[in-house]
Amino acid sequence: MAIVETRALTKRFAGADPPAVAGVDLATREGEFLVLLGPSGSGKTTVLRMIAGLEEPTSGEIWIGGRRVDGLSPRERRIAMVFQSYALYPHLTVRQNIAFPLKAQGVPRADHGARIASAAGKFQLDRLLDRKPRELSGGERQRVALARALVREPQVFLFDEPLSNLDAKLRASAREELQRFQDEIRTTAIYVTHDQIEAMALGDRVAIMDRGRVRQIGTPAEVYDDPADTFVATFLGSPPMNLLERDGRIIGFRPEHVRAAGGGTAEESVVFGFRCELTEYLGSERLAFGELDGDWAGREVVWRMPSWQPAPEPGAQVAVAVARDRFRYFDAATGARTTPVSLG
Amino acid sequence: MIAPAAAYVALLVGLPVLMSLFLSVSDARVGSETISFAGLTNFKSALATPAFRVALRNSFLFTAASQALVVAGATLLALALREPFRGRGLLRLLVLLPWVAPISLGAIGWKWLLDSLYSVVTWVLVALSLVSASNPPMWLGEPRLAMLSVLLVHAWRTLPFATMILLAGLSAIPRDIPEAAAVDGSGFWRTHLTITLPMIRPILLVALLFGVVFTFTDMTAVYILTRGGPADATQVLPSLAFFTGILGGDLAQGAAISLFLFPLLLAAAVALLRLARRAEDAS
Repeated sequence: MAIVETRALTKRFAGADPPAVAGVDLATREGEFLVLLGPSGSGKTTVLRMIAGLEEPTSGEIWIGGRRVDGLSPRERRIAMVFQSYALYPHLTVRQNIAFPLKAQGVPRADHGARIASAAGKFQLDRLLDRKPRELSGGERQRVALARALVREPQVFLFDEPLSNLDAKLRASAREELQRFQDEIRTTAIYVTHDQIEAMALGDRVAIMDRGRVRQIGTPAEVYDDPADTFVATFLGSPPMNLLERDGRIIGFRPEHVRAAGGGTAEESVVFGFRCELTEYLGSERLAFGELDGDWAGREVVWRMPSWQPAPEPGAQVAVAVARDRFRYFDAATGARTTPVSLG
Repeated sequence: MIAPAAAYVALLVGLPVLMSLFLSVSDARVGSETISFAGLTNFKSALATPAFRVALRNSFLFTAASQALVVAGATLLALALREPFRGRGLLRLLVLLPWVAPISLGAIGWKWLLDSLYSVVTWVLVALSLVSASNPPMWLGEPRLAMLSVLLVHAWRTLPFATMILLAGLSAIPRDIPEAAAVDGSGFWRTHLTITLPMIRPILLVALLFGVVFTFTDMTAVYILTRGGPADATQVLPSLAFFTGILGGDLAQGAAISLFLFPLLLAAAVALLRLARRAEDAS
């Protein structure tokens, strides 16, 4: 177990103008599962690859377990990585795949058997040990990749979008698998994904990246409920936070915090006039898209409600309310969080 | 649709093969007007001549040694040329050059490099005090050295093609795989000896078989550098067949010599096709 820390980590690819990673300072906690979440091109995979030693930083430092590792080869960093493609060695059997890190690290041959059996047992691979990767299903391949990462007892696990090659159904069970894995192993792990559901479900903390910078780092609840800026506010949540601009300020509230007006006091909530344009039925929930009127005329808003609740008809005018403590305030110029303003 | 291709193969490949089969069991000579059936006498008499036995041995030596060099060299070159570095494109072009340039040009260049009086190689070795200036090595004049020279030039010539085949094979390996090996703690040699090279083994074998068949049937390096000399020391079967059949006028004997390895090469060709199919299935 070890703490991974990056200091002003920067990567500029030849010929590319804005750096792929621009001064990233990250520090994991001991045994923490840290998720790097961001859209494609945000630099999250590049950060991971630099930590792994597969990419050379342009500047900045990387520390693992109190030791500076940038400049060391991947093998000297004592890390394990699970790749998006799993990168299993196709010509080797499952057993040989799992044994490879042991051989490469010079673990005494006498210990191989027990360690392979233990890693394979954790992922129910006992009966698949003599198969080749191409004879395995997607989920089984992932388990082999995890077993191969686990077998050498690394100080840190790195995951590069390991679920993105699985179909939706498999992804849910693979996510569960990862969660069990993490609960059991309790080794520091850094996990890269562009999928916010994965990030929320797996992460002890989530670092949200955009254009080479970390926008916010916090627990899933913190980054969802208290986004540091409008990027985080709109990147998380589907549909994203409603953002209404007025007088150089932006106020935001989540679609699920909209409710039909009535029952509350004016101190508790703000009431808006909402003209419904269309609704979408999504099974467990319903989305109503529409415009506000009055002071907020013309601002588009999404309202998310449980599907058992009566839906407004398209074209109908409804009074909706949002509790005051649900509002988040941002600066319109910078997008950063600001102090609350009076909404009348 | 494939009729034109079939006709082309039949006319330009099938017919000459049948012709040489026919000639090899005849007593045809340039200038004689009658042809009669001679059975296997041509093969028997070929086997009886010392020149043939030397050429047969040389053919195997020439092929085995040059292709061993080519496989080892091409593997290293391909691994090196796969890494990104400044000037890689230019270097790839330079590596390919011996293959693209006409062999006569390259071989004549080598003929000068290895000349008995003006050899640059000798000159360099003398300057390094590795050989004596008063008794320089006769690169093409001493049997062993001549064989070595011919063999090296042939390896130099076939290296680019094998390199390109291997480079293509290596490029087909996803970048993740060697990276995973690196993170798993594997160094350069382990990664390549246990991961990447086994992964491209089918392609490596295709390149090797191709080189073997090509080398067994080729005489260019021998012909241009030594004409089989000194005293048949560097003669290989194709060059011997040429000298006997075309320059010596003994068509029947020449055909018999050139066909001698035909069954072996046919087997190699079949193996080549099988391998190619296996590689296709595996991917």
